[in-house]
Order: sequence, then structure tokens, then C-alpha cells
Amino acid sequence: MTAELAVSLWRGAESGRYETYRVPQRASQTVLDVVTFVQRHIDPTLSYRFACRVGVCGSCAMTVNGKPRWTCRTHVAKVAGSGKLEIGPLENLPVIKDLTTDMQPFFEKWQRAKGAFAPTKTRHDPIAQIKPDTPARQAADAAIECINCAVCYAACDTVRWNADYVGPAALTRAWTLLNDPRDSANIARLQAIAGDGGCHSCHSHQSCQELCPQALNPTAAIVALKRRTTAAYLKGEIAV
Amino acid sequence: MNVRLYLWQRATAAVMAPLVLVHIAVIFYATRHGFSAADILSRTRGSIAWAAFYGLFVAAVAIHASIGVRNILSEWTPLPERRADACAVFFGLVLALLGLRAVAAVVLP
Repeated sequence: MTAELAVSLWRGAESGRYETYRVPQRASQTVLDVVTFVQRHIDPTLSYRFACRVGVCGSCAMTVNGKPRWTCRTHVAKVAGSGKLEIGPLENLPVIKDLTTDMQPFFEKWQRAKGAFAPTKTRHDPIAQIKPDTPARQAADAAIECINCAVCYAACDTVRWNADYVGPAALTRAWTLLNDPRDSANIARLQAIAGDGGCHSCHSHQSCQELCPQALNPTAAIVALKRRTTAAYLKGEIAV
Repeated sequence: MNVRLYLWQRATAAVMAPLVLVHIAVIFYATRHGFSAADILSRTRGSIAWAAFYGLFVAAVAIHASIGVRNILSEWTPLPERRADACAVFFGLVLALLGLRAVAAVVLP
């Protein structure tokens, strides 16, 4: 007889409840496999979000046993040692239904922190030569692999306490662009993140770097942004 | 928190760090030598140096603590931003008033 997992899944929107399902336990089973099994074999009305299933798209993040995780690359054996598996929607974001959250506030804050690349050249100019061993490029490389899964945003205590705070992902993106010599919006970017809700709101609890599935360190990027914005403020380049 | 308040809070912390060490050293010195209140007042009254030392200490504390209180209020209470600002300013003024009153009591001749 196949061993079974007792899995609690959040059902409903902001108000709802956890419901328990029995799912066959398999070798190398991921949390996303479990959710998919429930949706395909037990209750097709279960809502959740995924796309690539291989840790690239950043769509499938959920709260697993109290911690935000990318479910497609999280093995059940790793997180359900006690045999308990509780899966809910990401925290700090509005719940649409079941395990699906509204990502709009997350991406709006990403834009508020000037996360869009502002080119200095056109397609008709020669391709910029960026030396990979410069400190700026290495700083950009350290943070560039963000997949916008919002795990850091859901893990962040400051986001929970301060709805205005733009969050670790938006600030990591800002730090990446600040270190890109091809970008032209750095003063506007520093201005955008120097006000209330910007990088200075971070308490450096480091949940973001502890839980980032890409092993990035948003806390380090935010500390660097605090230094950079402070220098710009003292030079009179930005105002608050 | 914004960059201006961040800078003020870090700057006042930097000012307070050596002042706290001197303050603790003074406490140890006074207690180990068994100074009475009269002994201490005889050294502090009319002293511009002690007035400046503790006056600066009080100013740094009032600024530093009120910025911290503003953060706590804005993150942990439903107070609107302006109300939190007003409460923090009031707290800072009370700290400054009480502190300067205490400094005046020991340095004014």
C-alpha cells in the first residue's frame, strides 16, 4: 500500500480555512507536485499558480509550513520532516483565491523603486563593452538572478509592519541597475528609494537572504543602497 | 524612515557612543571615590565643560530616541503618519526639556 501525506491547503480568499487532503507519497516529490495532485485528482476547483516547474519563472511561491518557498524546487522530504505539510498563499500580498495571491502591489513597488532599465544608448549604437571584473559589474552580477518570486517580500517583517515599504526584491533590482553603467536613471532611482518606505526602512532582519531561493542577499544590496543614498543626500544630489 | 532621518539617527548615535563611555566612566569614578552629592555639585556647578557635555548628550538623545519612537509608532500602531510625527516630536521635546532641566540643576551656580 502506498504511503500517504496529510496535506492542509488554504481554501478561500482573505477569509477561509485550511482543508486536509490525502496525497500519495512519492520519491523526490515536490510541494508543487502535491498541490498539482490535489487539483487534478481530488478537487479541480483548487486555484494555484505555476508555469515553468523548474525554478526559472518565479510563479509558484507559496507559504509552506510557515515559510515562503518556491514550491517547484522544494522537496516534500526537506520541509515535512514531521509528516506535516501545510500550504498557504504568500503572506504580505492580497489573497485572490486559495493559494493564488495578487502580485500587483509587489510589481507596483518594483516600478516605484525605478526597477525599469533606462538606456543611455539606442539600438543603433555599438554594444556597450562591460568588463566583468569591475566592482560595479560584480555587484550587479551578485543580485541579477532575481526571478521576482516574491519569497523575500513575503518573508519580510518590515513589509508586514509598513505597507509603504517597497521590499527587498524592488531594492535589489534598484541596486543592480545602479551598478549598470548603461543605465541613465540613477539619480531618479536614488531619489525614489531615499524617501519613506525606501531602503532606510529596512531593519536588516535578513529573512530575505535566508529564504531567497536563488541564494541572493537582498540585505547586502539594501545596506549598500543606504550608503549610496546617504552619500547622494550629503552631496545635494537628492532631497527628501 | 527616510534618508534625512536615517542620517540624523546615525549621526546622533555616533555622538552618543563616546559620551556614553565617558558618562559610565564618570559614574564609576564618582562611586569608587565615594563622592557625596555635595562633592559632585561642587565640581559641576559653574562648569561650562560639564554643561556642554551633558547638554550635547541630552540633545543627541532627544533626537535619536524621537526618530526611533516615530518608527515604532508608524510600524506598530495604526496612527496616521502626521500623527506619528507629532507624537515623536512631542516625545523628543519632553526628553529635551527634562534632560536640560536636569543638566541645569547640576551646572547652574
